[in-house]
Amino acid sequence: MKKNKMIERAIHGVFLILGLLTVGCVLLITVYLVISGIPAITEIGIFDFLFGKKWASTAAEPSYGILPFILTSVYGTAGAILIGVPIGFFTAVYLSKIANPKIKAFMEGAVSLLAGIPSVVYGLVGMLVLVPSVREIFDIPDGASLFSAIIVLAIMILPSIIKVSMTALEAVPKEYEDASLALGATPVETYFRVSVPAAKSGIAAAVVLGVGRAIGEAMAVMMVSGNVPNMPSLFQSVRFLTTAVASEMSYSSGLQQQALFSIALVLFLFIMLINATLNFFLKREKD
Amino acid sequence: MLSKKRKAYIGGMKAAMYISTGITAVFVIFLVAYVFIKGIPNISWELLSTKPSYISGNIGILPDILNTIYIVLTTLIVVIPLGVGAAIYLTEYAKNKKIVGIIEYAAETLSGIPSIIYGSVGMLFFCEFLGFRKSLLAGAMTLVIMNLPTVMRTTQESLKTVPQSYRDGAFGLGAGKWRVIRKVVLPGCVDGVITGCILSVGRILGESAALLFTAGFAHALNGIIDGLSSPGASLTVALYVYAKEQGEFGIAFAIAAILMILTLLINLSAALVSRYFMKKRKF
Amino acid sequence: MNDIMTAKNLNLWYDKTQALKNVNITIPEKSITAFIGPSGCGKSTFLKTLNRMNDLIPTVRITGEISYNGQNIYDSTVDVNELRREIGMVFQKPNPFPMSIYDNIAYGPRTHGIRSKVKLDEIVEQSLRDAAIWDEVKDRLKKNALGMSGGQQQRLCIARALAVKPKILLMDEPTSALDPISTLRIEELAIELKKSYTIVIVTHNMQQAVRISDNTAFFLMGELIEYGETEKLFSQPEDKRTEDYITGRFG
Repeated sequence: MKKNKMIERAIHGVFLILGLLTVGCVLLITVYLVISGIPAITEIGIFDFLFGKKWASTAAEPSYGILPFILTSVYGTAGAILIGVPIGFFTAVYLSKIANPKIKAFMEGAVSLLAGIPSVVYGLVGMLVLVPSVREIFDIPDGASLFSAIIVLAIMILPSIIKVSMTALEAVPKEYEDASLALGATPVETYFRVSVPAAKSGIAAAVVLGVGRAIGEAMAVMMVSGNVPNMPSLFQSVRFLTTAVASEMSYSSGLQQQALFSIALVLFLFIMLINATLNFFLKREKD
Repeated sequence: MLSKKRKAYIGGMKAAMYISTGITAVFVIFLVAYVFIKGIPNISWELLSTKPSYISGNIGILPDILNTIYIVLTTLIVVIPLGVGAAIYLTEYAKNKKIVGIIEYAAETLSGIPSIIYGSVGMLFFCEFLGFRKSLLAGAMTLVIMNLPTVMRTTQESLKTVPQSYRDGAFGLGAGKWRVIRKVVLPGCVDGVITGCILSVGRILGESAALLFTAGFAHALNGIIDGLSSPGASLTVALYVYAKEQGEFGIAFAIAAILMILTLLINLSAALVSRYFMKKRKF
Repeated sequence: MNDIMTAKNLNLWYDKTQALKNVNITIPEKSITAFIGPSGCGKSTFLKTLNRMNDLIPTVRITGEISYNGQNIYDSTVDVNELRREIGMVFQKPNPFPMSIYDNIAYGPRTHGIRSKVKLDEIVEQSLRDAAIWDEVKDRLKKNALGMSGGQQQRLCIARALAVKPKILLMDEPTSALDPISTLRIEELAIELKKSYTIVIVTHNMQQAVRISDNTAFFLMGELIEYGETEKLFSQPEDKRTEDYITGRFG
């Protein structure tokens, strides 16, 4: 009997450890980023690091200012949201409320495919189709630019926005829509003036999720943005927070590598902020 | 009859919906078609069955295919017991709501972290701190952390469908908790594990940023044992290297087409599996 | 009293099952008409044909005619949105929109093109007064409507329906989800409203039909069995089945 109890207790212990594994991983990542990110920030100085406009990590007199990366990430994400959200939102309303079952099934498959395509494939097609077209259409020396990155990001965030918005729209009680129709509103008026407001928390969550995806994307952006640490401008080569980490990590050392981890830490803080916002909206959606 | 203003509003909204859905559809169709047209002609038996050689100038992606398979297998073998265990703890053991909340919040946080951060921390922790150096094993372990929330969540979902009465019945017969879990709970999570596997495989196949600094980008041909301890490129990383560093676009598109086909297959099996489980649950 | 709606030989199918069989009825203006009958008898289905809410179910097929002001409402030239504005509906479960009380009432008028704030304020106040709920909510018009009690929500829904100035108000078991006191208030309200509106009410509750309606129609298995003045139908039913139902022998 006693032996049985001991075994039960041991097993409980094992499961407890497994359960706490996710928490452990989050702590591990946080601790590692803080420990390896802080030294460079203190050495460079937080102000010079965050607001310095020049990044020249391999120069004879290196300079580590990441303002260009921060602004590029913010502008790039904002641009992707500006283009991706309306397209995703209207697609979601159409698919969840109007589309006939065949079109809906086809499009749901298409959207899942869009979500599953590896980011390097987006990068590859972007590199060979988008970048040259941007160069020709806007008559600029190099099409690898913030603009190209925005287009690629806008497409990449579409699936999250469409799927999450559709879930929210489909959860709107039919009674609301009936009430609106019975007042003489047409179906389209009903969807946009009753269903959409009723699903607004879920749609907001979709947008925030899109922000998270866009700000965290590295490889696709690396392949189409030119990867030069300029201050952001729509038709110039730029470098994002993610690509700043990715492009130098493999050959960096010393203060340069530490500075890359500081960038990763800044990116991580952005993501944590976005996660908190996302949670706020998801909780409101539930209530 | 409807006023002009209302008609304009309805027309505008309809147009916006049709155009947006059209744009989405065109993007998908274009991407798939373009990748296939550019990629499939470049897929040959030779490409799939050889390794690259600087001497003969040959490019083959067999090592990358094998590396990808090794990474997928290793990741799954590690992540499934961990994820299932975590889910069992949450549904069967955890009584404290606060702990459950913290664990679920941690899982959500993990799924929101960008892969480049996984790559950086994986490099510090697995390659340097644990001394794995750049290797497929370090890459796979990094992917384990990335996929832990997925497996945990799908398992949790399927455990929720195991009726409480089954558990009560087994307890009533005097079975200990561990026995109940083995006999009643574990069989109930098969659905979740399968779904979790499919989703994870999809995510692993598509991953590149997290592997770049943990698994490296060598193209050596290895067995699984040697492979795990040496660096190697997965298909996605190989695509990146061929396209960005070497300008071998034909090869890059061939890999892209292979990845696209795999993505299609994974989505298809995910849909079939979820339909199958839905049916099963109804009866 | 003038007749405002007439159904002629109305049949309705859901897919292959016939839910309404050859229904003929005339509904007089500015009165309360009650539809009674056991569950699944078709009374709610018939109510929904009166403002074409059944159009929304793709498998529904209808033959026959319903005329409103001399026009067949199933005619292809009829604007169904205008029809539904004139023939309002109150549902079984109170279903205010998840918006403020004010926006709930203003939704209908805004949809139909009224933008002026002064005019909307006026309509909101008048509708809430007509629905006998103004005094309870006038200080919290900007609060979310879902924070109100069930009975208040239902009166809000009536106010919302009145805000688009309908001629007829269809009520589909409007009190079945409410407590007795709230039920009583809705009934008083209905009697008050029939001075200006025609009301058709589906009810499970026979006492309710007796208390408030002028005419009563008894439905059974998709057929209109008996229709006449409420007092007469309940005291001297002509049909044996009506008698069985109202004396509680089935249903």
